[in-house]
Amino acid sequence: MNNKYETVFILTPVLSEPQMKDTVTKFKKILEKAGGKISNEENWGLKKLAYPILHKKTGFFSLFEFDAPSTAIAALELELKRDETVMRWITVKLDKYAVEYNEKRKSGAFKKKPESKETVKEEVKK
Amino acid sequence: MSLVNEPIHSTKHEYRKKYCRFKKSGIRYIDYKDPVFLLKFVNEQGKILPRRLTGTSLKYQRRVATAIKRARHLALLPYVGDSLK
Repeated sequence: MNNKYETVFILTPVLSEPQMKDTVTKFKKILEKAGGKISNEENWGLKKLAYPILHKKTGFFSLFEFDAPSTAIAALELELKRDETVMRWITVKLDKYAVEYNEKRKSGAFKKKPESKETVKEEVKK
Repeated sequence: MSLVNEPIHSTKHEYRKKYCRFKKSGIRYIDYKDPVFLLKFVNEQGKILPRRLTGTSLKYQRRVATAIKRARHLALLPYVGDSLK
């Protein structure tokens, strides 16, 4: 019984670019081994955190949206826990409305004014 | 609950129709990854606003609350803050 899930995780900013990509591909492989199919992958890059985590003020955000059997989640989360470079993660099961929303978001329906949204975000982060 | 039929009470309070913005616009999913949108439901200190102020229905208020809590976990919103707006 395959369900749709979404995982967002934050990596430490201390890593270099290739190291980050390696870590992301590592988790992808773990998922695929456990029987998951990734339908969407997003990289938000370095973002300022609203509060310091492990004394770090920024983090490298990454998102996976995937189909997987429920057993795959435990395998993924175990690896996320073990990895020292992962600061935070959250896995969410997506219901039909969430899936609809994600489709719209992927197709860019919400990106009407990307510039104004980004400036608002910068003000908020201060 | 309409104040229109009770003119005696409505003199003080200007009747403003309260509505749930999610029911009205048909939004069914509240994304925890969107802090800009969630800021509307949070006060300057980052505390979640009660639904009597935002006018949200109970069903959606609960979803908003879980979305805000998830966003806080991911450090997209602070637990405690100041001058957020």
